[in-house]
Amino acid sequence: MIALLRRDLLLAVRAGGGFGLGLAFFLILCVLVPFGVGPAPATLAKIAPGILWVGALLACLLSLDRIFQLDAEDGTLDLLATSPLPLEGSASVKALAHWLTTGLPLTLAAAPLGLLLNLPAQATPWLVAGLALGTPALSVIGTFGAALTVGLKRGGLLISLLVLPLYMPTLLFGAEAARRGAEGLDATTPLFLMAGITAGTIALMPFASAAALRMNLR
Amino acid sequence: MSIWKYANPTQFMRTTRWLLPWLSALAILSVGTGLIWGFFFTPDDFRQGSTVKIIYLHVPSALMAINAWLMMLVTSLIWLIRRHHVSALLARAAAPVGLVMTLIALITGGIWGQPMWGTYWAWDPRLTSFLILFLFYLGYIALWQAVETQDTAADLTSVLCLVGSVFALLSRYAVNFWNQGLHQGTSVPVATGGRTVSDVFFVPLLISMAGFGLMFVVLVLLRTRTEIRARRLQALLARERAAS
Repeated sequence: MIALLRRDLLLAVRAGGGFGLGLAFFLILCVLVPFGVGPAPATLAKIAPGILWVGALLACLLSLDRIFQLDAEDGTLDLLATSPLPLEGSASVKALAHWLTTGLPLTLAAAPLGLLLNLPAQATPWLVAGLALGTPALSVIGTFGAALTVGLKRGGLLISLLVLPLYMPTLLFGAEAARRGAEGLDATTPLFLMAGITAGTIALMPFASAAALRMNLR
Repeated sequence: MSIWKYANPTQFMRTTRWLLPWLSALAILSVGTGLIWGFFFTPDDFRQGSTVKIIYLHVPSALMAINAWLMMLVTSLIWLIRRHHVSALLARAAAPVGLVMTLIALITGGIWGQPMWGTYWAWDPRLTSFLILFLFYLGYIALWQAVETQDTAADLTSVLCLVGSVFALLSRYAVNFWNQGLHQGTSVPVATGGRTVSDVFFVPLLISMAGFGLMFVVLVLLRTRTEIRARRLQALLARERAAS
């Protein structure tokens, strides 16, 4: 499992350029929003938590089809399926690698980008905590979407259609936590609910992903 | 005599062939009765005037939008566990019908909401969860169309349906947390413990609900029969190609 994780991380960093792409997209989105809604600080402060969350979610979505596509094309996926490691384990590792290369950098980048969008200072810890707790769920759910569409020629658009509704609860609680933080309210309740969703998806989604992979490989 | 004998496509076709005309007649009769009675022979509401009459379209379609997904969930499970092709085809046939029912519920809701709430759309929990249900239907149908191998498509959409059901339920209760509701609560006597809607309105509504249910069954059976015929045609063509 560790070897697979190392391999995926190395591939993500060295080849393909998928590693920085999500981050760059996140940055561009946060730069574009003030052009769209105007530079008034009060407006920006109000929408900043939501924009940052939606931006992180879309940036996450961008790299999903890379999770299995390359491995399916060069046959690595077949080897993984026949290896002693259960496919559920491989799916979890793939999700973890995706999170380490996408979710974690996005979480770290959210705080400086928050400054760009005039996010109230008291909201920043809630936003970062929310992203840290929520992005693993995005990666795990996204792995399921990638597993569903692995055999398809043009899976990229379909993935967004399949995965975005599944992202709804995570986004809702995450943005709610950041919004409550911005208004100076206690945000632990939405944060706990989201942590529950993340824990549940980490525990259960690899089974669904592995089932989808087996169906696609059969 | 068990339900599993309809897993045989021939048996399914034979039974539905004589069942379908009767069911269609019954569906047309009850939808017609419910809607005509509801639209023309009920008094105007004290406060809402005649706008209340859209309830005879809105409630039954919303009811069937949810039940269609439920039916897809059950048939998907049957497909995954027992691998009966008719079951997978039933799920496939139900999805577009459910999609249209969801759309009808959303549109009639908007038309009803404009005079009553002053807005076509509000991010109310019930409205939002219906929009999410609509997106789930879209994704499900798109996946069916994208996968070329029929059995793989059935497998993948079944898994999507199971996972989607969990998330749809999760979203349904998550949105309660997010925004306050504008939509009224339920008026179903079983849930409220007593009658809150007068018989004058309730009887045609019940007939309309039954009619929409029958209509759903008829449409799904019809679409499933078409699917089975399409499969047979494909099999015939493949056999001919193999022979020549």
